[in-house]
Amino acid sequence: MSAPVPAYSGNSNSHGPSQVSASGTLSAPVGSAAVGSPKAAPLVEFVDVWKTYMPGAEPVHALRGVSIKVYPGEYLSIVGPSGSGKSTFMNVLGCLDVPTSGRYILAGTDVSHMDEERLAHVRNRSIGFVFQQFHLLPKLNAWRNVELPLIYSGVDRRQRKLRAMGALERVGLTNRVDHYPNQLSGGQQQRVAVARALVNDPDLVLADEPTGNLDSRSSEDVLAMLDELHAQGRTIILITHEHDVAAKAERSLRFRDGRFVAPEGAAA
Amino acid sequence: MNWADTMRSGLEAITAHRLRSGLTVLGILIGIAAVILTVGLGEGASASVDSAINALGTNLLIVSPGSSTTGLVRGGFGSESTLTYANAVALADKVDCPDIIGVAPQVQSEQSLVNGDTNWDTSVYGSTEQWLSVRGRSVVDGSFFTNQEVSTDANVVVLGQTTAEELDLFEPVGATINIGDIPFTVVGVLNSEGSSGSSNEDDMAVIPITTAQEDFTGSSSVNTIYLEAGSSSTMGAAYDEADDELLALHSINDPADADFTITSQNSIEQTASSVSSTLTVLLAGIAAISLLVGGIGVMNIMLVSVTERVREIGLRKALGATPHVVLRQFLVEASTLGFVGGLMGAALGVVGAEVIPNFITNKIEISGTAIAVAIVASVGIGIVAGAYPAYRAARLAPIEALRTE
Repeated sequence: MSAPVPAYSGNSNSHGPSQVSASGTLSAPVGSAAVGSPKAAPLVEFVDVWKTYMPGAEPVHALRGVSIKVYPGEYLSIVGPSGSGKSTFMNVLGCLDVPTSGRYILAGTDVSHMDEERLAHVRNRSIGFVFQQFHLLPKLNAWRNVELPLIYSGVDRRQRKLRAMGALERVGLTNRVDHYPNQLSGGQQQRVAVARALVNDPDLVLADEPTGNLDSRSSEDVLAMLDELHAQGRTIILITHEHDVAAKAERSLRFRDGRFVAPEGAAA
Repeated sequence: MNWADTMRSGLEAITAHRLRSGLTVLGILIGIAAVILTVGLGEGASASVDSAINALGTNLLIVSPGSSTTGLVRGGFGSESTLTYANAVALADKVDCPDIIGVAPQVQSEQSLVNGDTNWDTSVYGSTEQWLSVRGRSVVDGSFFTNQEVSTDANVVVLGQTTAEELDLFEPVGATINIGDIPFTVVGVLNSEGSSGSSNEDDMAVIPITTAQEDFTGSSSVNTIYLEAGSSSTMGAAYDEADDELLALHSINDPADADFTITSQNSIEQTASSVSSTLTVLLAGIAAISLLVGGIGVMNIMLVSVTERVREIGLRKALGATPHVVLRQFLVEASTLGFVGGLMGAALGVVGAEVIPNFITNKIEISGTAIAVAIVASVGIGIVAGAYPAYRAARLAPIEALRTE
């Protein structure tokens, strides 16, 4: 019988100096990225990714040649004003959208041209989402919200409950498993969302403005939890517009006009 | 996502909006019940027509006089008196007509029957002893009149049960009643056949044909000659023999000029059932329209449901629900609504079939096939109505859906 909490894969104790390279107008050469961490292949690799929309006659470039490498175990924050294209970046990163051109390799697999069905599988297995608006289903209680990703990976019912309970235990909500979202505080709801992001043991946790709807105390709470996950070896990418939130990450990148522009809050 | 999870999730979505789901189901329910009841009504009508025709007797051929043409005025069949008692005697000939095993000529007149202070108007038939077997009847009290009594123009009568009751005859056999002021002795009472169609088979009086012709019709012609064939396989042969014999007797060379018509029970049955099935199709068509409206209701609700649950769909897709899974999810919901509606509609139809005949004269016959078809059809309606909403849900882009407030 497997443990309710999935074992972590990857280099779980490495807080190592994994590197990020962002190109575009950024001066740092791409080649230097691998220097610090020769031991691991990148988990996320963007190669000259463009995303272009045609809302009217004039094309709008939301992403303008983004290149980046994120290594397993890294905690990266991305800061940018609204309209900078960071949402589009986050959508492509989360396999919710595909690039117009360029390549996106996630955990060794090129996902840039996958169809909807296969992207859904990739999201299910490899990515744990934490959203600003929590996105919990109001008709389901905490553990049933947490089990959702497992339903779509075909885990049987008993296992799902065990693993959902385990994930809720890890975020400190053991005594709230039967509560519905409207019976939980904002901070608690976001913790349920974090448990849901973890339950399928994803390669990457993607937090999109996770503190945007929370008071400062709950924000601290959730950020502390992300820290803890990082300490356990999770790869985390945090997208925010708040600089003090971004500063919690090991490394911070600044996004503007569809590309990375300069490192923000120097690496730890 | 396996089927059990899909079903569970579909049922949860349906029970989450009880009122809305209930009203949707109601649309299907009413449509299915209407279809089942109208088809049942049609089946009931054709069954009662069948039993009315079968009540005439079995393997029966009916010879009617032809139409008369007086100047340019053409009467209907039976308007000319071309058939006679002598024709009937000839058709009974075993050499010329070996496949005809029974012949019963019949004359008919409406008469007033009087028993003391009680009188009753009914049809008085004149026939021969063979009437009983040809028409498939029997006598429950006393006996039928004999050919001896036919040849002697005896004033004897056999009554239907209703007639006997209406005349207040508690011990009919041996009683004397007046028919058109002429006294007759009651010799027997017929078995009960019940009413069939428009005629009541229990309200009649049968007397020897000779007596009827002499006392009431005053001519040698007969209204109808009933012929009985030995079995259904010899019906064709019996028909041909009767046709040939009558053409010869009436000295007609061209069968197209025949002054009589022979119809078989089957052909009457077919005509009657085609009428009732036309009616059934018409009614079922109207009911089907209500079912169609119910189907549109399902589609409407599913579209509302998809719009309302855009965020949920987006989230589920972000968490790994494939378009295929989402499509299946909504199809299961729609077909479940259809199935529940079909099941409850069938139940309502069965209850209606028991209750409604208490208020109307028609019978309603509901077959298991009709119920099974109705339930399958309602699931089909759910799937068809749910197809487009489900497709829309499956096509939803998760990013757009998640952004919707």
